[in-house]
Amino acid sequence: MDFDVVFLSRLQFALTIMFHYLFPPLTIGLGALIVIYETLYLKTRDQLWKSANVFWIKLFAVTFAVGVATGIVMEFEFGTNWANYSRFVGDVFGSALAAEGIFAFFLESGFLAVLVFGRDRVGKKFYYFAAWMVFIGSVFSSVWIVVANSWQQTPNGSLIQQMTNPATGEPWFIDGIPQMRAQMQNFWQVVFNPSSIDRITHVWAGCAVTGGFFVLSICSWYILRNKHLEFAQRCFKVALIFSLLGILGSVLTGDSNARMVAQQQPAKLAAMEGIYKTGDGPTPIHLFGIPNSETGEVDYSIEIPGALSILVYREFPPKTPVIGLDQFKPENHPPVFIPFTSFHIMVGLGFALLGLIIIAFFFWWRRTLFQQRWLMYLFVVSILAAITANELGWVSAEVGRQPWIVYPPMQRTEAGEPLRDADGIIQFQQAEWPTESGSVNLKPAGLRTRDGHSQAVVQGEVLFSIVMFGLIYTLLFFVWIFVLNEKIRKGPAPASEAATAPEGFLRTAGEHAHDSMTSMREGDQDEEGNEDEDNNKKDSSS
Amino acid sequence: MDLNLLWFLLIGVLMTGYAILDGFDLGVGILHLTVKDDTDRRLQLNSIGPLWDGNEVWLVTFGGALFAAFPETYATIFEAFYIPFMLLLFALIFRAVSIEFRSKQKLSLWRHFWDFCFSASSALATFLFGVAVGISMIGIPLNERFIFTGNIFHLLHPYALCVGVLAVAVFAMHGSIYLYLKTEGELQKHARRNFWRAFFFFLAMYLVVSIFTLVSVPRAIENFTNYPWLWIVVILNILAVANIPRAMSQGRPLYAFISSCCTIAAFVFLFSTALYPNLVTSSVDEKMNSLNIYNASSTPLTLTIMTVIAVIGMPIVLLYTAIVYWTFRGKVVLDEHSY
Repeated sequence: MDFDVVFLSRLQFALTIMFHYLFPPLTIGLGALIVIYETLYLKTRDQLWKSANVFWIKLFAVTFAVGVATGIVMEFEFGTNWANYSRFVGDVFGSALAAEGIFAFFLESGFLAVLVFGRDRVGKKFYYFAAWMVFIGSVFSSVWIVVANSWQQTPNGSLIQQMTNPATGEPWFIDGIPQMRAQMQNFWQVVFNPSSIDRITHVWAGCAVTGGFFVLSICSWYILRNKHLEFAQRCFKVALIFSLLGILGSVLTGDSNARMVAQQQPAKLAAMEGIYKTGDGPTPIHLFGIPNSETGEVDYSIEIPGALSILVYREFPPKTPVIGLDQFKPENHPPVFIPFTSFHIMVGLGFALLGLIIIAFFFWWRRTLFQQRWLMYLFVVSILAAITANELGWVSAEVGRQPWIVYPPMQRTEAGEPLRDADGIIQFQQAEWPTESGSVNLKPAGLRTRDGHSQAVVQGEVLFSIVMFGLIYTLLFFVWIFVLNEKIRKGPAPASEAATAPEGFLRTAGEHAHDSMTSMREGDQDEEGNEDEDNNKKDSSS
Repeated sequence: MDLNLLWFLLIGVLMTGYAILDGFDLGVGILHLTVKDDTDRRLQLNSIGPLWDGNEVWLVTFGGALFAAFPETYATIFEAFYIPFMLLLFALIFRAVSIEFRSKQKLSLWRHFWDFCFSASSALATFLFGVAVGISMIGIPLNERFIFTGNIFHLLHPYALCVGVLAVAVFAMHGSIYLYLKTEGELQKHARRNFWRAFFFFLAMYLVVSIFTLVSVPRAIENFTNYPWLWIVVILNILAVANIPRAMSQGRPLYAFISSCCTIAAFVFLFSTALYPNLVTSSVDEKMNSLNIYNASSTPLTLTIMTVIAVIGMPIVLLYTAIVYWTFRGKVVLDEHSY
C-alpha cells in the first residue's frame, strides 16, 4: 500500500468521520425520545417523566458536546486535506453546508442551552418548545449533511464546466489541463437528487435505533441491578416501541435504498453484494462469504438463490441478473471486501436487533419481560450492535462509491436502461474536457478521489494530524465513556426529589398532591434506593 | 452593489459576530486560571456555560458561508494554513470538552487538568485566529492557480505573531468586562483588576501592531486614499477604545462592554478594508495571483440562492440568539443545572 497524501488523507477522514459518527445518531435518536418523555410529562404531570428527562438530558448534553467538537473537524478537512475537491464542488456543496449552519446549528445550540441550563428559568411550555427545537435542529442538520453527501453519490442539478481564466477571461488551462468545476444549475434538483430521500430516511431510522437502544441498554442495566425500577421499566417500554419503529423503518428504507443503489450506482451494489460477474439467470444473495477479488468469487458462501433479483427487480419467479462488476471498466471498480463485509454485518446486526425486540414484545405480552435476566443482559450490550450497524452502514456507502469522490451518473437509453458499449461496459455520463488545441475530450462527469486532495499539503503534515487526532480521540473516547458511566452509576434523581427543585409559581397544587404520592411510593423502596438518594444530594451540591 | 460585494460584507458580518460573541467566552477562558478558588472557577465557567456553544456556531457558519460563496478562498486558505488550522482544531476540541467535563468529577487533579486545558486552548485558539489574520494581511505565496507554494515558515512571520498576541490581549480585555458584568463581590473585584491589566496590555499591542502595519503592510491603507470616508471608522475605533477605560472607571461596565464590541467590529472592518477587493493576497504577484471577490467566487446562481438562505435564516438566528441571551441574563449563580 502506498502511504501517499491521498491515502493518508483518506485514512484521516475515515478515522475522524467514524469517530464523529458515533455521536450524532445517538443525539438525534435520544433527542426524539426526550421530546416523547417531555410530552408524557406534560400530559400526565407525572414527576417521574420529569426526573427521567433531567437524567437523559444530562447524558444527551455530554454526547452532544463531543459530537459538536468532532463535527467541526469535518468542515475543516474539506479545505485542509481536500482543497481540490472543495474547489471542484464548492459552488454546489457549499450552500448545503452554509444552510446547515444557519438553519440547524444555531437552532440546536441555542435551545440546547435552554434545555440543559434553563429548567428553572423558563416556563414548562417554553421548555417543551426548546426540547422540540433541539430535536428539529438536529434533524435539519442531518438533512443538509446527507443531502450534500447524496449529491456526491448521485449528482443532479449541476454541470461540470470549465472555468475562465480570471487574468485573461479565456477558458482556463494550466499546463494544458482544463480547470473544471461543478456548477449549480438547479438548487432543488441538487437537494432532491435521486438518492437524497432514500438515504436521509435510512439515516433517520438508524438514529432512532441508536437512540432507542441506548435507552434500552441503560434501563435494562438498572433492571438487572434492581435499581430505579419504576424509572427504568417505564422508559424501557417507551424506548422499546420507539426502537421497533426505528428498526422496521431501517428494514423498509434499507430495501428502498438497495433498489435505489441498484438503479443509480450498480457498481456499489455489486461490491456490497460481492457480484463480480453478471450471471445469466437470477442473482443470489450471499448470507455469508469472503469475497476474493483474485478469483472473482465469494469464498465459503452461503446463498439464497435468486433472492437479490427478487429484491432489486420485484419479480417472482426471479429471472433478471443483477449487474456485476464485470460491466464496469476495471479502473472504476470499488474495492469489494470492505463494502461487502460491512454491509453484511450491518444487515445481520439489524435483523438480530429486530429479533431481540420481537422476543421482548413476546415477554411483555406474557407480562414477564423484566424477569428475563438473560434478555436484559442482551439488551445491555445491544447498544454496541446498534452503533456498529450505523458505522458500518456509513462505511459501506462511502467505500462503495470509490474510486469516485463525486460519482459520475450513468448514461441511460431512452427506456431508462443503463447504456452499454459494444463490450457490455456501462457508460458514465460524460463531461467535456477541452484541450488547449481546441479539440474536446470526454471524461466521466465526476471527480476521482485521487484528484481531490490538497496539492500544497505534504505527507508529514497529514501524518502529524493523524497522530494528534488518534491521541486526542482516544483520550476523548475514554473520558466520554467515563463521564457517561459516572452519570449512569448515579442514576436519575428519584421523582420526589426532582419535584422539590424550585419551580417558583409554576408549580401547581395538583403536582403537590402528586409529589406526596410519589414520595410515599419511594418510601417503599429498598435500601439501595435510599443510598441513591444520598448520592443525589451529594451530586446536587457539587 | 453586486452579489460578490454583498457576500464579502456578509462574510465580514459573520466574522464580526463570531469575534464579538466567541471573543468574550474565549477571553473568559484566557483569564480562567487567574482565579484559584474552585467555586469562583465554576462561576466563571458557568457565566459562559449556556452561551459559548452558540457563539462557536458563528465560526462554523462563517466557514460554511466562505465555502459556499468563495470556494477558491476556502480551499486555498485551509490547505495553506494546514498545521495552524489543525492546531486550532485541537484547541477547539479540547476547549469544548474541558468545559463539558471539568465539573463532572470532584477530584482536584481532574479539575486542575481540565482547567488548564480550557485556559490553554482558549489562549491558543485566539492566538491562532490572530496569526491567521496577520498572515492574510501580509499575504502568502500563491501560484497562478491560487495554490499555496510556501511552507510552514511563511506562516511564522513576526507581524503575524504580533497580531496573534494582540488578539489574545483584545479577547482577554473583552472577557474581563464580560466577567465583571456577570459576577458579584470578590470575584467581580478580581475581574476589575484583570480588566486593567488586560487593557494596558491591549493598548501596548494595539500601538505596536498599528505601527508594524504601517511599516510592513503598506497596501493596508491603500483603500484609505481611494475612499477617504474610511478614516471615520479609524476615528470611531479610537473613540471606542478610549471609551472602554472611561466607562469602566465611571462604573458603567455595560457601556465598556459595548465599546469593546465596537472596537472588535472596527478591527474586523479595518481588516476587511485592508484586504478589499482581495480575499487572499499573493505575495508573489499581487495583481495576477491574488484571490479577490470576483475570481474566487461561486456562480451568480449560487450566490443568489445563498442570499435567499441568508435573508430567511439570519433574522431567525438573531431572534433566537436574543431569546437565549435574554433567558440567561443577569448575574451568574450556581444551581443544580450548572457545570
